[in-house]
Amino acid sequence: MNRFFAFVRKEFYHIQRDRRTVLILFGMPLVMVILFGFALTNEIKNAQIAVLDFDHGQHSQRIIDRLLSSGYFRLRQSLTSYRDIEATFRQGHVKLVVVFPPNFTNDYAHDGLAQVQLLADASEQNTAISLTNYATSIIQSYNNEQNPPNAASPLQISVEPRMVFNPDLKGAFVFVPGVMAMVLLLVSALMTSVTIAREKETGTMEVLLVSPLSQLQILFGKVLPYLLLSFLNGCIIIALGIFLLGIPLNGSLLLLLAETLLFIFLSLSLGLLISTIAETQLVAMFASLLLMLMPTIFLSGFIFPIESMPRALQFISQIIPARYFIDIVKGIMIKGVGLGYLWKETLVLVSMSALLMGISLHNLKPRLE
Amino acid sequence: MDKAVITNKLTKKFGDFVATNEITFDVAQGEIFGFLGANGAGKTTAIRMLCGLLKPTSGDARIAGFDVYRQTEQIKQVIGYMSQKFSLYEDLTVRENIRFYGGIYGLNRADLKAKSDQIIEQLNLGSVADKLVASLPLGWKQRLAFSVALVHNPRIVFLDEPTGGVDPITRRQFWDMIYEAADRGTTIFVTTHYMDEAEYCNRVSIMVDGRIKALDTPSGLKRSFGTDSMDGVFQILARGTSTK
Amino acid sequence: MDAIVIDNVSKAYGSTKAVQTVSLSVKPGELFGLIGPDGAGKTTLFKILVTLLRPDEGRATVVGRDVVKDFRALRSLVGYMPGRFSLYPDLTVEENLSFFATVFGTSIQANYDLIREIYVQLEPFKDRRAGALSGGMKQKLALCCALIHKPEVLFLDEPTTGVDAVSRKEFWEMLQRLKERQLTMLVSTPYMDEANRCDRIALMQTGQILAIDTPSGVEHLFRKPLYAVKAAETFRLIQDLRKAPFTQTCYAFGEYLHLTTEEGTTPADIDRYLRERRHEHVTIKPIQAGIEDSFMALMQHG
Repeated sequence: MNRFFAFVRKEFYHIQRDRRTVLILFGMPLVMVILFGFALTNEIKNAQIAVLDFDHGQHSQRIIDRLLSSGYFRLRQSLTSYRDIEATFRQGHVKLVVVFPPNFTNDYAHDGLAQVQLLADASEQNTAISLTNYATSIIQSYNNEQNPPNAASPLQISVEPRMVFNPDLKGAFVFVPGVMAMVLLLVSALMTSVTIAREKETGTMEVLLVSPLSQLQILFGKVLPYLLLSFLNGCIIIALGIFLLGIPLNGSLLLLLAETLLFIFLSLSLGLLISTIAETQLVAMFASLLLMLMPTIFLSGFIFPIESMPRALQFISQIIPARYFIDIVKGIMIKGVGLGYLWKETLVLVSMSALLMGISLHNLKPRLE
Repeated sequence: MDKAVITNKLTKKFGDFVATNEITFDVAQGEIFGFLGANGAGKTTAIRMLCGLLKPTSGDARIAGFDVYRQTEQIKQVIGYMSQKFSLYEDLTVRENIRFYGGIYGLNRADLKAKSDQIIEQLNLGSVADKLVASLPLGWKQRLAFSVALVHNPRIVFLDEPTGGVDPITRRQFWDMIYEAADRGTTIFVTTHYMDEAEYCNRVSIMVDGRIKALDTPSGLKRSFGTDSMDGVFQILARGTSTK
Repeated sequence: MDAIVIDNVSKAYGSTKAVQTVSLSVKPGELFGLIGPDGAGKTTLFKILVTLLRPDEGRATVVGRDVVKDFRALRSLVGYMPGRFSLYPDLTVEENLSFFATVFGTSIQANYDLIREIYVQLEPFKDRRAGALSGGMKQKLALCCALIHKPEVLFLDEPTTGVDAVSRKEFWEMLQRLKERQLTMLVSTPYMDEANRCDRIALMQTGQILAIDTPSGVEHLFRKPLYAVKAAETFRLIQDLRKAPFTQTCYAFGEYLHLTTEEGTTPADIDRYLRERRHEHVTIKPIQAGIEDSFMALMQHG
């Protein structure tokens, strides 16, 4: 055990003496939070919606058909009561619920004025805005077609959008979980794989291998400092989010921290896997960036909504760990849900970690070949 | 003016540390000049100043008549350089390497062609002319690197530990090339850790802690220090001062 | 029982045969040298012996333990100093040493006796980062780190490469003192002149052993008459001698040329030949071959 701690202490010396590492560790979260504050709007395709139709009349049916044939929306389920709405959103698939009040068709045909309600899951701000905009314009164009030209008293449909979970549409709610996923991945995976590759490059790995230290001790000695630092980093980002950006913490802090640890463990397993293959720091760096950073930015739903990706990329996004972690963080912080709702994502992360750790341990060799 | 190198109180300081301390010497055209010293004695700093890569703090130096402060571009045209980590590109072929370095020094197409053919024939590399340098044995690479350093017919060539790690026969074949080049009038400025190689030089200087402590022919040095080998001279001069 | 036994070991990387059926043994307390240029297979052989590589063929034992089967047990019994600087440049001298001590389950104090003579020279710089040390000092620190767990066998792969002649000499003096403590050492070097400092040596070239003997034994493998020749103009002397009908080989050796001749050639023949070509200050003397002469002869004739 003494050996192991000597090793861990040495790692802390390395970290502390390399200014770049310290800068990346603690500067990056800040920079990212600021950088990704300028979120982008994006196009949406085939977003899943739910319909709560109290009217069941001719006009409501036609508007639903219009929405679904537009290419932007796909019907996931039809609801029967207001109470279903929140549950539907919590499951996380449905991004928009269209509500037709009772007598919609009747009001529209006789009074010339009817109301539609659009409820959007605003924990994904960009998606929410785009979806309500698209839906509104489709409904308005339907309305225009119903009006004869130059009508004295034109028909009107008023569309009432409402944001659920994130009523003020704060951008921070969207990108903080994404930044967290990125920073944790970078610190855990990139840095561990790079420092292991550095020992190979400088030749110290040879000396360590020839010592009585076991390979497991060497690797966990490398991993432990970064596990601690990543966790500290995760806490910093969460604190920044809550106190600086005013993100609510509606769910359990304990669960959030536990899930963060799980994700860090997953990232470290990835880093170990890369380091069992990469012989130089450069290769480790490129492998980390290519295998983790890029997919995390582009395919996790962090910047570009998964709904608007081509099918092939949507498929790939399912193996991006950050995607699940982002859903989990949003779920806990914004929606306030617990493991009951997030068990699936959690299970995915657990199995991914087990798989990656299994492969990297299998790849370990007690020699140079 | 037939001096290839003239220095006068050439000095380089890095902060408080005096890497090269008022060194004064000259090297004749066509001379093989051994530049010895312990690790950290200031050889590398001195060579960098002579190549125009590092600006001296004070003192003067002229390389083939060009001033190291103001005429660094001209200096680069008249010097060649080869280090232990040969500057050859391992992923280029023999011919491509020659053409690349020739091209850098502004050789025209016809000259490049002639020069490549000449080097390949001289070194007997015909069968591997279009093979990657990475596939050549160390000794061949070394001789190719030397020829490439001479591709633009420089007046002076700087060799920084050129023979590290090769077998004794290859090492001597390499020195044969050095003699030949010197015989054609090229000045050779060479550093080495092999003390027997110091004997091959016309004159040898030994640097200790930034200063030139001795400069003479090998036999002159041996006589004045009363030993029978250059190793003995080196041990007397450098011992006790290298442990810093 | 021998401290190191290598029995017909071969190792290839792809099509490159790095080590080819090498056999040798090193006695306890012996200072054994592997002498040869880059690419001779020295480093590969070292890596096999310190359990970092497995031989393709053959077997090897170190202090009675098989380098493949008993590699775990063996690792705490050997000290290894790889060819390149293999310490942490961002840790101080003391931190490096205490790290390696702890890793091997010991402390600087416990084995201080063994490294004291070397470490006293480093002590004034114990708070300096290892990366900021001079070449000779780095080498001493690496030796301390390899010794700190009191290994039974010490493997030093090219410890003196790229180091100046003074530091090299000091380093060999340190090895001599370690030898007095009965430590078995295997040292590799490309410098032929260092061979004389070993009890026995193996000359290696392209993965094969050319000869194994004591240094003077290796010198006596050279049986042809050998002359040292010197004249005023060295370059012209080489050229003329190589053209001479009696010359077999002619190489520069320090200030002299070493010349081997056809059977029956006398110094007088050589002298006459050179005078005809107007060489001045000619010296010709028969000499006993050195290790480098033997190495070159063995390289050419197998």
